[in-house]
Amino acid sequence: MTGIPFLSLAIWVPIVGGLLALATGSDRNASVARFVALFFALAGLAVSIPLYTGFDVSTSAMQFVEAYQWIPRFNINYVLGVDGISVLFVLLNSFITVIVVVAGWEVIQEKVSQYMAGFLIMSGLINGIFSALDGVLFYVFFEASLIPLFIIIGVWGGPNRVYAAIKFFLYTLAGSLLMLVALLYLFMESGGSFSILDWHQLKLGMDAQTLIFWAFLASFAVKVPMFPVHTWLPDAHVEAPTGGSIVLAAIGLKLGAYGFLRFSLPIAPDASQAFAPMMITLSLIAVIYIGFVALVQTDMKKLVAYSSISHMGFVTLGFFIFNPLGVEGALVQMISHGFVSGAMFACIGVLYDRMHSRQIADYGGVVNVMPKFAALFMLFSMANSGLPATSGFVGEFMVALGAVQYNFWIGFAAATTLIVGAAYTLWMYKRVVFGAITNHHVSELTDINNREFVFLAILAVCVLVMGIYPYPITEVMHASVNDLLKHVFVSKL
Amino acid sequence: MTEMQKLYLLVPLAPLFGAIVAGLFGKVVGRVGAHSVTILGVAVSFLASIVIFQDVQAGNVFNGTLYTWATSGSLTLEVGFLIDSLTVMMMLVVTFVSLMVHIYTIGYMSEDPGYQRFFSYISLFTFSMLMLVMSNNFLQLFFGWEAVGLVSYLLIGFWYTRPTAIFANMKAFLVNRVGDFGFLLGIGLIAAFAGTLNYAEVFAKAGEMAGMTVPSTGWPLITAICIGLFIGAMGKSAQVPLHVWLPDSMEGPTPISALIHAATMVTAGIFMVARMSPLFELSETALSFVLVIGATTALFMGFLGIVQNDIKRVVAYSTLSQLGYMTVALGVSAYSAAVFHLMTHAFFKALLFLGAGSVIIGMHHDQDMRNMGGLWKYMPITWFTSLLGSLALIGFPFLSGFYSKDMIIEAVKLSHIPGASYAYFCVIVGVFVTAFYSFRMYFLVFHGEERFGKHVEHDAHHDEGHAHDGHADQDHDDHHDDHAHHGLAPGQKPHESPWVVTLPLVLLAVPSVVVGFLTIEPMLFGGFFDKVIHISESHGVLKELAEEFHGAVAMGVHGLMTLPFALAMSGVVLAWFFYMIAPSIPAAIMRTFKPIHTLLENKYYFDRFNEIVFAGGARLLGRGLWKFGDQAVIDGMVVNGSAKFVGFIAQLSRLFQSGHIYQYAFSMIFGVVILLTFWFNRG
Repeated sequence: MTGIPFLSLAIWVPIVGGLLALATGSDRNASVARFVALFFALAGLAVSIPLYTGFDVSTSAMQFVEAYQWIPRFNINYVLGVDGISVLFVLLNSFITVIVVVAGWEVIQEKVSQYMAGFLIMSGLINGIFSALDGVLFYVFFEASLIPLFIIIGVWGGPNRVYAAIKFFLYTLAGSLLMLVALLYLFMESGGSFSILDWHQLKLGMDAQTLIFWAFLASFAVKVPMFPVHTWLPDAHVEAPTGGSIVLAAIGLKLGAYGFLRFSLPIAPDASQAFAPMMITLSLIAVIYIGFVALVQTDMKKLVAYSSISHMGFVTLGFFIFNPLGVEGALVQMISHGFVSGAMFACIGVLYDRMHSRQIADYGGVVNVMPKFAALFMLFSMANSGLPATSGFVGEFMVALGAVQYNFWIGFAAATTLIVGAAYTLWMYKRVVFGAITNHHVSELTDINNREFVFLAILAVCVLVMGIYPYPITEVMHASVNDLLKHVFVSKL
Repeated sequence: MTEMQKLYLLVPLAPLFGAIVAGLFGKVVGRVGAHSVTILGVAVSFLASIVIFQDVQAGNVFNGTLYTWATSGSLTLEVGFLIDSLTVMMMLVVTFVSLMVHIYTIGYMSEDPGYQRFFSYISLFTFSMLMLVMSNNFLQLFFGWEAVGLVSYLLIGFWYTRPTAIFANMKAFLVNRVGDFGFLLGIGLIAAFAGTLNYAEVFAKAGEMAGMTVPSTGWPLITAICIGLFIGAMGKSAQVPLHVWLPDSMEGPTPISALIHAATMVTAGIFMVARMSPLFELSETALSFVLVIGATTALFMGFLGIVQNDIKRVVAYSTLSQLGYMTVALGVSAYSAAVFHLMTHAFFKALLFLGAGSVIIGMHHDQDMRNMGGLWKYMPITWFTSLLGSLALIGFPFLSGFYSKDMIIEAVKLSHIPGASYAYFCVIVGVFVTAFYSFRMYFLVFHGEERFGKHVEHDAHHDEGHAHDGHADQDHDDHHDDHAHHGLAPGQKPHESPWVVTLPLVLLAVPSVVVGFLTIEPMLFGGFFDKVIHISESHGVLKELAEEFHGAVAMGVHGLMTLPFALAMSGVVLAWFFYMIAPSIPAAIMRTFKPIHTLLENKYYFDRFNEIVFAGGARLLGRGLWKFGDQAVIDGMVVNGSAKFVGFIAQLSRLFQSGHIYQYAFSMIFGVVILLTFWFNRG
């Protein structure tokens, strides 16, 4: 391995870029801010790629490890590293950052430097979450990453942004505090270590495991979000600007799910198994209940937000059936959902920029005036309904197979998404895109420009390539997932 | 990779290449470019299939992996080909019919602004269908399965401004998804218990799986797998009650009705069950289920064909009924008879559909048979080829449909599995029904009084008004209910279609006539499918038939003296009498048996039931969960409730922070008193 600290670069390059973008100041220098942001977003992606190309798939150990002392008095260290579970998310995040910068290029005309800076800084912090191996470092990144998102919703958001922000805040507050308590407890129990990997090996009684499981659950379930703590997400999406929605859906929702794999399962394996029936039930409720709720939404963003919750239900389901198909399928689903939901929100953003409406009823017949857009939107809608040869299929298929293997009825319940997911997505597509034009505003729409075409086409390529040949993605996960599952089945009692 | 393997790869990739060029670069290559490249692609694919066919005949079977798609745990998911006699027969049928339809489309879609897009779609369909039939594993099967569904969706909604078309395509996709739901569960059970999705490996473990049950249900594993898979087939091959999408799919342009909704895609379910014969043979329950569903479809969908006035819908219901026949054959373990009927049906039904399309062109996009009549004079090629197609369909001796359908009827007669007598009743009555509706259509369209060029009032309640096959110009879309825009003007005469339309008719008429006669012996009794289709000893109806079979000629001659022939002829004669001699009789019957007619006209109320119970129920449920669960309970009580609670506490505590010294002092004294009380009482 080379000595280049790629993980630190993946964290700090975007943050430095964000600060530089911020330094360009007022909107007179907006174009400078845009190019600075694009340059650093691309640089962030460039330094993330070696993490994949240099990744050793044969081991489950942490790779690209960097360790420095930070606050020696409390044994808090700056320790970074990635394994087969986290490495793909660093890449996904760095990639989505580029998309977001391009997606906001002309759309954002006010406070451009702050907007771009917000996303870049958030990108760096999120890379930190996925690579932190120290509990405190993780906590700092985890909480800090919320601030840019709050600001993005609060400043560039819609009319009801205050309600959305408060709702989000209420939800996350309780969870975060409980997680902090759990981290401190683990620090005590482990004899003064904040190392997450040490905690994995820590023997814990069932009571302690139960409390820790619930403390982490309180934090992660909100982020995923799982039923019944999901209602902040539709509101946050509706109020967020397009870029905010893309990041929130593509990356934000993955943080909680990642937390389950990094903390809950390995630290409290017995509790995880004990509460698996509950987690599976909640996941299935998310898949089915939320699917039906999505069906009747009249606001496109809300519909896709609910669809995200439903898809994330598949992720948590995959985790808690504890078989390789389930966990790997869930991870694949997370990556795919990053592309697909990001693309769906980007498509809605394209429409919103032109019509300033998210209401399905205001559209109809878009294909007549925006054929290129309609074709791309069709692809993403099909991916959202899990059509084979798109990325959306891979994870769903694997989790469904894993679920049938675990228990037929759980697989049965999960597979209903095949019908419901297609129903809400295609019904929306039909009402928005197909049909004759009934609203004269629609007849004045212009098809996507080159900039919009480029970022949607890049997402389309990702969706298709991952659907046709997911092997390179599943290959990375095997060692770590197998190790994790082996670990989960060894009792800590 | 050997030369042969490269050829295998070429078969699906050539149409895919055409689809990509026509789809993404349609503007660049233009109309001629688009149809040239796609036709060339499919032609290459067809020729390669012929070469592969000869290779398979020579005894070369291929089963190999193309690439590893993904791995997880001990499960390896791959993409690969299985090339054997069943595959290669399907490849020939698919590429040949597709080629005919491609050529036909040049004429049919010549005025359509979506010309390139259409060619791109049908080539993409050909690719998907080939991937489906050439697969050697369930993953790729599922890929092809859903991909043909996607293209079907795109093509039914090809004229996307029509409300009926975009309703029909969504309905088709969702109903198919219901089938896929079962299909996926079947595949899931296979993956869970066989540990592989490769056909050959699964079949090798079939015996082992036969003794297992599905935990937490107690069902026999093989039965559960087979019924799951068959539910998928019910969606794709439009078996009752998942048939509802197929009649509506007629909203799509006619060439795709021929290619997708008659000849190829809808037979995917039949093909799949035949491919899975080593599994289905192990479950009598599943076979009975298949048999009863198929028999019901065969007869009851046939009845619906009688009351249709739209030429395409008659052919559509006929397709449903014939798919039922194939399913019946599967149910009695006569897999090769099912596949044989699949092949002959592909030719004559594609012919009938393309003939109907030619009539529609001649009638200037009027599809109502009540406005036709006497067309034989004006459209001689269309008339004659349609006659041949109709005769083949009703099973007239020596024509292809006779051999395949008769074999199915005979096989059902010999079968002893539960439901066989019901199925025999259905298929035998079905023969009469088929002949009646086919020749009702034939006489209404080609003979009798010339009724075109007049404006006929239509029943307002029926949705035929929407079913017109027109071009997607804005003018039509805005008034798609307005019949003045369709059909022949007074005094105008129909005309024969251009050669690009009639040539495929002629080329399809040839196999419709001769293919049964030529291939029945090798396909059913010559061991063509021996290594592919597995039949257990107790289900050997085809073996018994083989003993009675003395060549195609003898069978044809004998066919002239059998019950099915008598029934078919009485159907034809009755249709002739009703629609040529005494047209007042059907009207009188319609009046007398009003309730039955209403039932048929409403298609047994399947659509209304689905709309109210499933579509309406889902929306109601969604709204209820959203308004009550999310908004009232979670948000209203818990989230906003806790916000209000926090606010309430804040209100209270604010009272204490008044800024008045005396209040603070009083609180302190009060607190000290309490603490002192505790202090003194501590022991």
